[in-house]
Amino acid sequence: MRGAATTLRHELIGLAGVVERNAYLVKRYAWWELAFFVWSLANTLTIVFIAKGIHAAGGKLDVDRATTTLLIGAVIWSYLGVVFEILTETVAWERWEGTIEYTFMAPLARPIHLIGMGLFAVVYGVFRTAVLFGVIAGFFSLSLGGANFVAALVVLAVASVSFIGIGMMTAVLPLISPEKGMQMGFIAQGILLVISGIYYPVSVLPEWMQWLSTISPATYALRGIRHAILEGAGVGAVWSDIWPLIVIGFVTVPLGLMIFGAGERHAKRHGKLKRSG
Amino acid sequence: MIAVNVENLRKEFFRRDAHRSGLRRRRRRVPALDGVTFTIERGECVAILGQNGSGKSTLVRLLSTLLLHDGGSASVFGHDVFREPRAVQRLVNRVSVEASFFKKMSSTENLSYAARFYGMTASETRERIPAILARVGFPSQRRHEAMEHLSRGMQQKVSLARALLTSPVLLLLDEPTTGLDPRSKLEVQEFIREVWAAQDATILLCTHDLAEAEALADRVGILDRGRLLCLEPASDLKARFDAETLEEAFFAATGREFEAEDQDAERGVFA
Repeated sequence: MRGAATTLRHELIGLAGVVERNAYLVKRYAWWELAFFVWSLANTLTIVFIAKGIHAAGGKLDVDRATTTLLIGAVIWSYLGVVFEILTETVAWERWEGTIEYTFMAPLARPIHLIGMGLFAVVYGVFRTAVLFGVIAGFFSLSLGGANFVAALVVLAVASVSFIGIGMMTAVLPLISPEKGMQMGFIAQGILLVISGIYYPVSVLPEWMQWLSTISPATYALRGIRHAILEGAGVGAVWSDIWPLIVIGFVTVPLGLMIFGAGERHAKRHGKLKRSG
Repeated sequence: MIAVNVENLRKEFFRRDAHRSGLRRRRRRVPALDGVTFTIERGECVAILGQNGSGKSTLVRLLSTLLLHDGGSASVFGHDVFREPRAVQRLVNRVSVEASFFKKMSSTENLSYAARFYGMTASETRERIPAILARVGFPSQRRHEAMEHLSRGMQQKVSLARALLTSPVLLLLDEPTTGLDPRSKLEVQEFIREVWAAQDATILLCTHDLAEAEALADRVGILDRGRLLCLEPASDLKARFDAETLEEAFFAATGREFEAEDQDAERGVFA
């Protein structure tokens, strides 16, 4: 019993270490973070201005509603990108810095290591997304008085579990393929972008893509968050989007850990758990 | 007490042919370690000599739980390296030829996060990190400077501090002084000697430096193309091959000059 408590304590200290390390990196690469934020801001603005562009070209649409719909899509996409990027860096950044061998030979359970990365990704991602949303909303003077931000945050928090699970699956790619693994992770992100209705309703997709959208957590996250912000829906009203996210989370996290474990064993068998160059 | 017990340890890697045969490149098995057997007693310092590609780093990475073996066995203080990796990881730390740090982070930040993985709290590291950095001769005023601004010798001192911070009972040193200037090299060697004496640590030193092996180790082994040819005190090794120096003994044992690269190109990847 005492041994188990000591082990748990060590694991929690290790988890804090993963979060601490990422916080140091954000601090040390502050200018990169700022540049990346400005890029996200410009990218998101470009997308959100599409609604005004269509209106100016004579299209008939509720500009405020279309703007908010696009804004939610763009910021959630940005959030998803941050979560995936940080989780993929579990291996890729360590390999680049050359610290991968020291980290992977340390007595820290891999699930704790990955959960630590995921935890930091969510905290940092939520903060960054909130700032991005606030800045862009300011450009358009959107009326968000009726929005239920609490319900939106609950949906985002539940969806984050699934995002972490999928991120763990993509994090394994640089372990298997040191040269192209990071880029292969973008494929998974790209597929989610297409099928999850980031900028359009999934009903416009071909039928087979619509089927794929039902297993993407981003589909439910976007629908629930839009419902909460555009219609002011409460947690009860978005439950139909929350429960599928819980189910997907229950599947993706263990599956992600299993896939990462298999990838780590593969890397250890083939000598790929080492620095680049 | 036996600290390290390695029996008939084998590790192979697949290597793709440079030339295609039809649409695919053929893959061949290339042995990196071939039936290596040895033991290290607790508190002993053993040096393994070998050319680049001889399998030294493969041996260190196997004992560090970073590789899975293809045959044989290895244990550290009675714990099977491949079946009980977590128990082994708590006992082992290493210093490799590359210092390997997050370059933008400071030495204190790098050591702090590394220590967390071994269960050390913030209050513990606040005291221990300055003390251990002082012990390796790292100037205290540079503790908050990014690693990328430190010299190679300084970085290697921080690397030693990182390994010792977790109080390992088995220290794996993989060419810890390669590429250092003569002064830094002497400082690092002196520190290894001091730690060995003070911490009752067992040391496996893989090196390219014959003088270093002779000066530091109780016994010296010659690893050649994945095979451990011998492991005995340097004086016995020289006597066995009727050699004046370790370099001559190496030549007599392997038939090759020590400083020459392993000419078998297939083996270069395992350096």
